[in-house]
Amino acid sequence: MVGAAIAYGLGKRGARVVVLDEGDTAVRAARVNLGLVWLQSKGDGMPDYGRWSRRSVDLWPAFDAELRELTGVATELEQNGGVTLCLGEEELEERARTIRRMHNQVEPWVYETEMIDRRHLQSLMPKARLGRDVVGASWCPHDGISNPLRTLQAMHAGMKRVGVAYRPDAPVRSIGRDGAGFAAQTPAGTFRAAKVVVAAGHGIPALAAQLGLQAPIRPERGQLLVTERMERILPFPAGGLRQTADGTIMIGSTREKVSSLDTRTTTASAITLAKRALRILPDLVDIRIVRSWAGLRVLAPDGFPVYQESESHPGAYATFCHSGNTLAAVHAEELAPALLEPRLPDRLAVFHPRRFETMQAA
Amino acid sequence: MLRKLPDPAGGVVTVIVEGRPCEVGPNDTAAAAALLAGIGHTRTSPVTGEPRAPFCMMGVCHECLMVIDGVPSRQACLVTVREGMRIDRQVGPRALQPAGADAHV
Repeated sequence: MVGAAIAYGLGKRGARVVVLDEGDTAVRAARVNLGLVWLQSKGDGMPDYGRWSRRSVDLWPAFDAELRELTGVATELEQNGGVTLCLGEEELEERARTIRRMHNQVEPWVYETEMIDRRHLQSLMPKARLGRDVVGASWCPHDGISNPLRTLQAMHAGMKRVGVAYRPDAPVRSIGRDGAGFAAQTPAGTFRAAKVVVAAGHGIPALAAQLGLQAPIRPERGQLLVTERMERILPFPAGGLRQTADGTIMIGSTREKVSSLDTRTTTASAITLAKRALRILPDLVDIRIVRSWAGLRVLAPDGFPVYQESESHPGAYATFCHSGNTLAAVHAEELAPALLEPRLPDRLAVFHPRRFETMQAA
Repeated sequence: MLRKLPDPAGGVVTVIVEGRPCEVGPNDTAAAAALLAGIGHTRTSPVTGEPRAPFCMMGVCHECLMVIDGVPSRQACLVTVREGMRIDRQVGPRALQPAGADAHV
């Protein structure tokens, strides 16, 4: 997702780009994503990430329209707002504290998120009968959803239209300097370029060290459940539940520590997800679950994005983040042009992984 | 041409397909009953509205979703008929029915 957004953004600005990919066996976050275009929880502790996320949700409508016009593929973007639901007074107080703290870190325009009570919430989603434990929520009018599979498909079709070469048969085995630029060795041959952007998610650590880049990535497993299709009851994503354009409800998602790239699902997590979903919407009790899957979030130690240019190998960059779907628009429209500048601009310095050195020192 | 093999066990069960009585064998499935009743399509797609009918008859394709005895979106090919069973088309997406008061978890 991150790589496709960047490649599309580079290509449409006239850069000559080839995307070296490993095909469908890749551990690809884009294919397991819940599909939120989500602002209200982003950036607690890193105000610039909040502003960056706001920028992306603001860019999304034009990004979606442009891709649709160029490729005919709709990302199924809906920005009708979104809520984080609170089950019980304790969750409500905790959420209110978090929202207040985040507001205090940035300008008022960034989040525009407010706490609403149960009655207000129910009036916003009249077709979804809320369980009695739902006492309130935080509401952000800028939140929304898209279909990450369609978004990825649209970006790939867009890449093709703007002249980006795509090689799904070329997983990079090794990479290093080659004269003034770089050379990547792959089973499909050697590829040379003046600049190289490593945007390979969980594949980054193996490549980063060869380019003097840091990749402090940890996988975090998220499982989710998918229901059968039904009438539209959710006008916007709510508490980890989102209803797709086709009518299924996706019930997400867990946060599980894993030591390897383990994408197995577990019954225990399915039970946890189903129980919470029924506390939110008791009427789901007769609805069938038709699928479940697990994906691996690409997380830095603080959960915020990492954009870095190598000091030892100028022109080599590492980019990764948790929120590839939310940030797809800003990656195409602002990160990509920044990568075309001679040096990565200072405004992105806040996302450099040197911040983890101070984390450790603290 | 749909043709039913003879059932050595014999016997007759009457089911109500789209409001009309239909005699079928006791081991037939609701999907088979819908085909024998000749109602044409058995559901409309919740995505496109297209008419659809049973395809795989073995629980895989989900094309045979029907309302059976009032329960929406059941796989009719996996349900064995019984006397008086009501079998209706699933038209578009199923509704979300209010859970009983005891359903709260």
